[in-house]
Amino acid sequence: MIARLEDKELKRQSRRQLLKLAPVAALGVFAFPKVSDRLVATGVRFSDWASGELFRSQHTAQTFSNSAVVPFSQFPYNYYDVLDPQVDLEKWTLTVEGDVQHPGEYTLAQIQALPKINQNTRHVCVEGWDVIGAFGGTRISDFFKLIGANSRARFLEVECVDDYYESIDMASAQHPQSLFCYEMYGQPLDRGHGAPLRLQMPTKLGYKQAKYLDTIRVTNVLKSGKRGYWEDQGYSWFGGL
Amino acid sequence: MADEKREDKNADNSQHNNGEVHDDGKNQAVPPEPAPDTTAGAVEATIAKIEMVAAQAESDEAPAETDEPEFVRAAYEHPLAIRITHWVNAVSLFVMVTSGLRIFRAFPSFGPKIPEKILLDIPKSLTLGGWLGGALQWHFTFMWFFAGSGIFYAVYQIMSGHYRTMLFTPRDIPGVWPMARHYFFFGPKPPATGQYNPLQKLAYTSAIGFGALSLLTGIVLYKPTQFSWLAFLFGGFHLTRVWHFAAMCGFLAFIPGHLIMVALHGWSNFYSMLSGWKREPEYQE
Repeated sequence: MIARLEDKELKRQSRRQLLKLAPVAALGVFAFPKVSDRLVATGVRFSDWASGELFRSQHTAQTFSNSAVVPFSQFPYNYYDVLDPQVDLEKWTLTVEGDVQHPGEYTLAQIQALPKINQNTRHVCVEGWDVIGAFGGTRISDFFKLIGANSRARFLEVECVDDYYESIDMASAQHPQSLFCYEMYGQPLDRGHGAPLRLQMPTKLGYKQAKYLDTIRVTNVLKSGKRGYWEDQGYSWFGGL
Repeated sequence: MADEKREDKNADNSQHNNGEVHDDGKNQAVPPEPAPDTTAGAVEATIAKIEMVAAQAESDEAPAETDEPEFVRAAYEHPLAIRITHWVNAVSLFVMVTSGLRIFRAFPSFGPKIPEKILLDIPKSLTLGGWLGGALQWHFTFMWFFAGSGIFYAVYQIMSGHYRTMLFTPRDIPGVWPMARHYFFFGPKPPATGQYNPLQKLAYTSAIGFGALSLLTGIVLYKPTQFSWLAFLFGGFHLTRVWHFAAMCGFLAFIPGHLIMVALHGWSNFYSMLSGWKREPEYQE
């Protein structure tokens, strides 16, 4: 569609149209590190909110046959501080705090007395790799019934023997595949994989799957700096799949 | 509108001092009654007279400038919506690729974790975010700009019918080779038939394809469980990661060619993506 315009008119039109584009220049604020740090942190919070909205509490992650599970030797050991924080397995108890009817110390036997779930699910690392492993444990939601957790509380906080810490939204914690895991590949958890008890939630990324659990807390408030070891350094808090 | 233009024209003429109407300004500069006693006043008056004579002489010499305005051919090629999404997308794509490369550095492989086979070592200087977590923050922020501008662009193109200028269709196939021969092997230049030649249509349509592919595969990588059906369509989580990377490679193939072409075609062409208006387009009609 060719128009014939006076040169001056063309210049005027062009300038006007150029000015209309000016708002796009606002993206330039991302060039300033002090501002962009805050903006991208906000972007992640927004993404986390959207992730929470997208999460379907009864939609299960894919499960796999035994033949699809990687050999135990190919299931990576990941740790942030030490692989073996020297948990005293004999004296270990799980401390339960917060918005629950029966706070206190719980033994592994009490947890293992609850219905056992075995599932072959994908463990996805934020780095981009994944492994299909075999996990056994009790549903977090079943344990919540035992301790009388307020199911309308917002968060599950966990603290670990190696000072790692995590927090999980209640919907994900109560997902039918979310486990307090005490077995891998039909064997009791070994020390490197988080003995005696770890989180195993196939709807969450690997860094949410805290190992060597020490204390759990049901709460409505997440203190800043207590959202999760990696999350407090910039990882997505929701970390959902 | 017409009056406004008229006035503009006159104002311009008086600046350039080559019209007929423009002596008004000069005459006003002459004091009507030069102050009788001051030398300064006399000098001013003299200068003004000289200027007046000079101006008179000049306007006598110069052929009287007609009121005929100077017309140029121009096309409003890029509507505002296209320009906005183009630039938002350009910025987003830069951020998505550079932060994406940093994310890929964390596990530069498409195989198993154990044993890990490093495919390529991407220099840190090409990446954005500083570390995996930082890069993810950029990626998770700009994915909204990227998706938002992409979806808005697609909807606008379809609703407005403007897509007809750029969508590659089977009818464009015969024109691809002559154009490629012109660009790469100095063959004769095929006549311009529309806003975009067949090779351009192919390039732009492919770029939209890469965008759609990176968006859909990105959704799977971000939420493989919530969008398990989409993951299935792409052949599973692992293959989706490959497609996501391939889409980026497509962009990396497109962008240098695009930039070189823009550089070769000069300012007026580039300016059209800012102002919408293309001056003296090559094509007719």
